[in-house]
Amino acid sequence: MIPSQFKYLRAQSVEEAITMLQETHGEGKILAGGHSLVPLLKFRITTPGTLVDITRIPGLKDVRIDGDRLLVGALKTHYEISKDETIIDNIPALAKTASETGDLQVRNYGTIGGNIVHGDPVADYPAIALALDAELKVEGEDGTEMLPVDGFALGPLITMMPENAIVTEVSFEIPPAHAEQTYLKYTHPATGYPLVGVAAIAGTGDDGTIDYIRVGVTGVSDVSYRARPVEEFLMGREPSEELIKEAAELAVEDAEMGSDLFASPEYREHITKIYVKRALYEVLK
Amino acid sequence: MNNELVNVSITLNGEKVSAEVEPRMLLIHFIRDIMNATGSHIGCDTSQCGNCTILVDGRSTKSCTVLAVHADETEVITVEGIGTTENLHPIQKAFWEEHGLQCGYCTPGAMMASIDFLSQNPDPTDDEIREGLDGIICRCTGYEFIVNAVRSAAKMMNDDSAVKGEV
Amino acid sequence: MEKMVGQRIKRKEDPKLITGNGMYLDDMKIPGLLHASIVRSPHPHANIVSIDKEKALKHPGVVAVYTGKDLEGKINPVPTSWKVPGMDLIETKQYPLAINTARYVGDGVAMVVADSKYTARDAAELIEVDYEVLPSIANQKEARKDGAPQIYDEVPGNVAFKYVAGEVTDEDLENAEVVMKGSYNTQRVAPSPMETRNSLAQYNPGSGDLKLYVGSQNPHIHRMVLSEVLNFPEHKLHVKVADMGGGFGGKIGVYPDEALVSYASMDLKRPVKWVETRNEHFQSANAGRDMMVDLELAGTKDGKITALRAVNHANIGAYLATFGPGNPTIDFGLMLSGAYKIEKAQCTTYGMYTNTMSVDSYRGAGKPEVTFMLERAVDDFARKINMDPIEVRRINFASKEEFPFTNAQGLIYDSGDYVKALDRAVEKSDYHALRQKQEELREEGRYIGIGISSYVELSGFGPSAVAGAIGFQGGIWENSTVRVHPGGTVTVYTGTSPHGQGHDTTFSQIVKDKLGIPYEDINFVFNDTRAVSMGWGTYGSRSLAVGGNAVGLATDKVVEKGRRIAAHLLEAEVEDIEFEEGVYSVRDDNSRRKTFQEIAKAANFAWSLPEGMEPGLEEQTFFDPSNFTYPFGTHIAVVEVDIETGEIEILRYIAVDDSGKIVNPTVAEGQILGGIAQGVGQALWEGVQYDEKGQLQSGSFMDYAMPKANFFPKIEMEFTETLSPVNQLGSKGVAESGTTGSIAAAANAVMDALAPLGVKHIELPLKPEKVWRAIQKGGAES
Repeated sequence: MIPSQFKYLRAQSVEEAITMLQETHGEGKILAGGHSLVPLLKFRITTPGTLVDITRIPGLKDVRIDGDRLLVGALKTHYEISKDETIIDNIPALAKTASETGDLQVRNYGTIGGNIVHGDPVADYPAIALALDAELKVEGEDGTEMLPVDGFALGPLITMMPENAIVTEVSFEIPPAHAEQTYLKYTHPATGYPLVGVAAIAGTGDDGTIDYIRVGVTGVSDVSYRARPVEEFLMGREPSEELIKEAAELAVEDAEMGSDLFASPEYREHITKIYVKRALYEVLK
Repeated sequence: MNNELVNVSITLNGEKVSAEVEPRMLLIHFIRDIMNATGSHIGCDTSQCGNCTILVDGRSTKSCTVLAVHADETEVITVEGIGTTENLHPIQKAFWEEHGLQCGYCTPGAMMASIDFLSQNPDPTDDEIREGLDGIICRCTGYEFIVNAVRSAAKMMNDDSAVKGEV
Repeated sequence: MEKMVGQRIKRKEDPKLITGNGMYLDDMKIPGLLHASIVRSPHPHANIVSIDKEKALKHPGVVAVYTGKDLEGKINPVPTSWKVPGMDLIETKQYPLAINTARYVGDGVAMVVADSKYTARDAAELIEVDYEVLPSIANQKEARKDGAPQIYDEVPGNVAFKYVAGEVTDEDLENAEVVMKGSYNTQRVAPSPMETRNSLAQYNPGSGDLKLYVGSQNPHIHRMVLSEVLNFPEHKLHVKVADMGGGFGGKIGVYPDEALVSYASMDLKRPVKWVETRNEHFQSANAGRDMMVDLELAGTKDGKITALRAVNHANIGAYLATFGPGNPTIDFGLMLSGAYKIEKAQCTTYGMYTNTMSVDSYRGAGKPEVTFMLERAVDDFARKINMDPIEVRRINFASKEEFPFTNAQGLIYDSGDYVKALDRAVEKSDYHALRQKQEELREEGRYIGIGISSYVELSGFGPSAVAGAIGFQGGIWENSTVRVHPGGTVTVYTGTSPHGQGHDTTFSQIVKDKLGIPYEDINFVFNDTRAVSMGWGTYGSRSLAVGGNAVGLATDKVVEKGRRIAAHLLEAEVEDIEFEEGVYSVRDDNSRRKTFQEIAKAANFAWSLPEGMEPGLEEQTFFDPSNFTYPFGTHIAVVEVDIETGEIEILRYIAVDDSGKIVNPTVAEGQILGGIAQGVGQALWEGVQYDEKGQLQSGSFMDYAMPKANFFPKIEMEFTETLSPVNQLGSKGVAESGTTGSIAAAANAVMDALAPLGVKHIELPLKPEKVWRAIQKGGAES
């Protein structure tokens, strides 16, 4: 398979990338790791006039802590995230997500920014990103803004991403130290994507009740989502096997299930509840 | 014009090479068709099979999912660059000794992925090897002898570095 | 010195393949090379109203565009090569490019030839085809119903053929103590060699020779059939196969594509290459299986099976593939009773045209399907009469004293010891402990299942007289020439076509043992119709049993001619010349000796040869075996089913196989392992999916789940060795056994796990969702 023709531009700075995008008059696309984009180019599902390569822009691979948030450069690869000490220390579930994204080779090239900006509901990161109130730092012609990941994707591959802008950083809330974290994935046998991926982070206070609970779900639905009804149900209560079971039943409320040759909407709903339950068992013991 | 050619310069198996190509040219085509290093193959077109796996700046990459121009100025190593018939790389030796290949089509990609995998995990369990080969599809072997080969290569490489460590 | 046959020898093939020095078809470049791209129908069934190729022709770099109409009268239809007598076959015409009507998604309608593959791909998009969409159908049983869309006017009811083998009457069933009915369907799968199909044609306008490189498991069959299709004389057509990245049956067929490329090369007088994309492979490479089988089984309460009656609706696609009609009728239909001594068996096969890609051989070709049917049914029968499935098998096996054993439909099995393989598998798996463990785990709410599959398969194709009797349009003997060079090194030619099976190595082992010369001094030539006089290729697990033995027999002839030369030079009687370890010597006088190398030189120089002997040391054999070979074995799979989600984990897999004499255990194990991956793959993950109208839904590895390394545990395997009496080595086929045995083993294990939940049957592949749904339904028929 062979992409159709396009023009290639290489940006050396964020500003240059924005200018280059402006000059394509809506025909441009950003090239980061390319592991979401190139397959679409080869299928000719997308036929951009111009690709703006941002991978040479310096400084987009940094990881740092800013108060209660962890900031990850948009060009950080899945492999780098899986091995980054700061990330492992603060959000191990993010490192786990990265280590289970794609396969060995894909993890070397794919980037967190590209993965999220793509708006693909079968990506792994949205689970943890939604759970931890992630925000995208978007730099564009009108300056810099922070876009919450929750609400960013509107449908498969349809996002709120403004034109002529690039995501330079992804910011995550750092959960409190006492909270347990996991990312639990049911891997689609063909694609390696999550049929369902559940990020769960939870902690209990001194009184034994749940004082921190976050659940993000990806893979199953048209848009990855945060399972707020589950969180609200559990918050402030004492965890038990029964309680978790009951909570997990709420895991698909408001979600629009997808469908493919491997799994119907009905089955997706079912396994989402099971995987949410299992993830909660794991973090609430 | 959309088909304005771009210059792509890479270090391919230690040698600096460059060519003017269309921006849409895939790295696998650049390596195979322009640079005549035909050891890496295309198996699936959709980034599942990893038969096109090469090392870009030391890390395994599916070269059918990378534009050649994207890999400009990188160091690329393909199967042709890891060893010769007279002086095989441990992974080559191991694939041969353990019957890790039949038709040989996926083998270069499988070996390149294995080299990267072992650099990340020099002493893996069998289960870890099977996970590590997640990005490779082989239709001939049922994988078991590939797993044996990777385990055997790990041992060879570890013994090797142990010897070097003593010096 | 220790014999090489039977040893674990590292493969000769490998040094080039592991260093990137393999030369696969797409690796080849020829000056002036053009590239082809084929435009395929996106509709399952449509009339071609018009094709506008002007834009494509104007595209820079495009050299030619062909449509079906352009080629009408210039290329003949591509025929099937298996016409079973008595099947009332209606063979329709498959033109290399559809002329008026496209009949499946992927049917070629135009071909672009351009100066680069990028240009060819771009230009293919510029061809505008106006279609009139027609009613269409994908399912073979639906296609037989009244009012179903008709794929051809001349084929009423879409029945391409009907074939009945054996006879079982209603009384045979009605009078039985136990009668059981079941449907045992094997879904359509894609062979999916990692290297897709391809061809490169190079016509020489000076010599009038056409050289065709093609992804083929049988270059001589390609030459024979394409010669007809192209109206091109066989002796001017040179078919070669480069290093090939797997076949698995998918490269047996002679396809329209290679005829098109050949035609274009002759027309344009330039070399033309075509390489299939993976998406095209799903559209237009022959698929495998797709048999829907309804079985009635009669037996006694104490476990004896007395009759089998099956109706097989075989989907053969929109056109008959090369071996298409033979797989369901012969390979499936005549093997109905498997390893068992069952008095009566009948198989009625309907070969059904549908708006799907053609179905041809895929690893096992009929045997995996019939084994799946039978072994699933045996387990169901065992459950019904409340008997251990091991016991039911034991009761019904043909015993080793009965060989050669004639099965219910008249096939004569060469040799076997089915109990031995079963016993070994039972022992190796610690079957009885597993059963106990199973009970214990059920108490804990965990569901493991133990699946058994005892198979026998017809392999080692075979005696040519039988080929004729069953309508196979060719011979199935094999040929080998052993050519000894003056220095004593050897080049061997044979008509088998290895592409990963390791013939170079295993056949060299055979030659080495006979000639006693260094292993490195033996070289093989395959896959070339000019170098190899004739041959029938690699499929049906025939290469070693037929081709390998041909090599051995030709080598024997060389040894004998050498013996006569040695006797002459040593002034002794031929009977007194011994030959061992590469040395001819006179019995009782070891000092009178000639090495094989000396004899090679003497033969080639011909200064002094026995009276009347022709010079040279080169012998050819045409080996036509007296029978097929029948490998067998027992596989046991152990799985755990997560009953909450339906996910299946394979905990253990035990395989005991008997392929007769094993030439190279490592290579044979490799064949079994690869075969098991494909069989288990069929049971659990793989499946080509069309919608009911024939729109292809699984067009890439993103939809079609190929087995990966982490899907399997370590396979525990061993061989028993029951020699075949029908060839010198005593070898049987090995390449298809793993697949043939494993589909039912895996499926039976899952059904065994779910039995306490009332689940009786789930269609393949056993995707977690289907398993979950079956559990939800419980005892209800699922």
